[in-house]
Amino acid sequence: MNDVQIQNLTLNFGPQHPAAHGVLRLVLEMDGEVVERADPHIGLLHRGTEKLIEHKTYVQAIPYFDRLDYVSPMAQEHAFVLAAERLLELDIPPRAQYLRVLFDEITRVLNHALQIGAQALDLGATTPFLWLFEEREKLMGFYEAASGARLHAAYYRVGGVHRDLPPGLTDEILAWADGFETILADVEELLSENRIFRQRTVDIGVVTAKDALAWGFTGPMIRGSGIPWDLRRAQPYEVYADLDFKVPVGTNGDCFDRYLLRLEEMRQSVGLIRQCVARLPAGPVLAGNPRIRPPARGDMKHSMEALIAHFKLFTEGVRVPEGEVYAAVEAPKGEFGVYLVADGGSRPYRCHIRAPGFAHLQGLDAMVRGHQLADVVACIASLDIVFGEVDR
Amino acid sequence: MSEFSEGGDPGGAHAALLSALQRDFPAAQGQSRFGDDELQVAAPDIAQVLTYLRDEPGLRFAQLVDLCAVDYPERPSRFEVVYHLLSVAHNRRVRVKVAVPEDTPVPSVVEVFPAAGWYEREVWDLFGIAFEGHPDLRRILTDYGFQGHPLRRDFPLSGKVEVRYDDGLKRVVYEPVHLPQAFREFDFESPWEGAPPAAPEDPEHE
Repeated sequence: MNDVQIQNLTLNFGPQHPAAHGVLRLVLEMDGEVVERADPHIGLLHRGTEKLIEHKTYVQAIPYFDRLDYVSPMAQEHAFVLAAERLLELDIPPRAQYLRVLFDEITRVLNHALQIGAQALDLGATTPFLWLFEEREKLMGFYEAASGARLHAAYYRVGGVHRDLPPGLTDEILAWADGFETILADVEELLSENRIFRQRTVDIGVVTAKDALAWGFTGPMIRGSGIPWDLRRAQPYEVYADLDFKVPVGTNGDCFDRYLLRLEEMRQSVGLIRQCVARLPAGPVLAGNPRIRPPARGDMKHSMEALIAHFKLFTEGVRVPEGEVYAAVEAPKGEFGVYLVADGGSRPYRCHIRAPGFAHLQGLDAMVRGHQLADVVACIASLDIVFGEVDR
Repeated sequence: MSEFSEGGDPGGAHAALLSALQRDFPAAQGQSRFGDDELQVAAPDIAQVLTYLRDEPGLRFAQLVDLCAVDYPERPSRFEVVYHLLSVAHNRRVRVKVAVPEDTPVPSVVEVFPAAGWYEREVWDLFGIAFEGHPDLRRILTDYGFQGHPLRRDFPLSGKVEVRYDDGLKRVVYEPVHLPQAFREFDFESPWEGAPPAAPEDPEHE
């Protein structure tokens, strides 16, 4: 054997792979077991959401937001209705604001429970996934009780939320919150000091604060790198300014820090859920403005005007004044923003969706260079990628 | 007003930013609406403007949060490329816009913000706006071998091709879209003027 030629291996990862978290196709240039370059090919789940929304009324656009990041549906509806409300200059009733925060935080627990469960599963631990999915099941029960749907809720409306909570739901939520902290403690006991879990996550996928800013990272990805940036605190929307919560921040920016951070965020979310339930004021859940509020069913039986208003509202829709806004919320995965351009008609002229996962996946290449193939899986899990929002 | 829109800049800080910017870039304009601060600059200046906004100690817009485009077919400069910047240090946002005619490339800002890489690829893919100096301007969201730029206003909602698995050929085949019923866009905004004339039927599908 004289001339041995060593060639880099190009490895195709996905698009059908359980650790790809959906339809990620990753072209990896490998030097032996070490990754030299990662080129994610995205778009396999592209459904043209932005194009479709241009042809729908504002109310009809809301369900599309559930289908972006299907792990945290309501947080995304929130960004869209915030944008439309700013153009309409609407006042939101306090009860609706609390209900939105309540469900935003339920959504955060839903998302982080899946993320931690799936990350543990990718690294070989099955049990946390099963435990956390049981909790997700209960949370989706709350979704169903409030909106009628377990996943694609379409619960938020421009001006408030669709309808009030059924009686007794808040007590059920409080009872769940008491039990959930035990589950979190159990998960932490299984993972945080687990030798294998720590070997696979500590010092893996390190993101410096400088890189996190340059790559446009938000949410747990920027907080894990030590930048205390949370839109709920920095640019509070709804009633977050009145609520008491802490923003956990990491120090090393590795996968393990982000895991700890998400665990703590779930604890803070449970605290926020308790506060929302305790302080939930009475009152309407949708702004009283007749431009956006459908008439009561009873009125429609007697009043011709109510019938006409109802018909116009559900065919023509709401006319939104000309203008453009960028509204962002702290979705569980990071900053979820909607750039809405209105031309004065009843359909958005343009609705651009800023998904946190898109920016995070772009940074994957910089994160995994020099890591081994198995660490790519840990990094993808830690980025918390869901293709619904990356591909739109 | 909701409490959110009052959280925006009352205009003082934005006016100061604009007048500082106009010293170096006389074409720059700006305003604040709905609580969002906005700047319009000339397309050739965009990379320098973003570098200034990023590095100026009093601003430090260190994050490119979003980059997208909007299509206005009736304007002389058909497209608007929109950059959303965030300053984590000063808790401020700004929107920077450039107007570009069709078939005119925009300088890429990948050198300023690495995050622009995929966003510019997305704008190229969906609008067909080229970015000069982009290291890897491939399509990103649409299918391999896709033709056209789907987010342009003149691109049909139903697309131009449809795919299906052909059992005889044992592969996926692409065919022109066949709609059993012509696509109808209902215009509820003007019920008294009647619906706009239907688009002429595509003779290919008759």
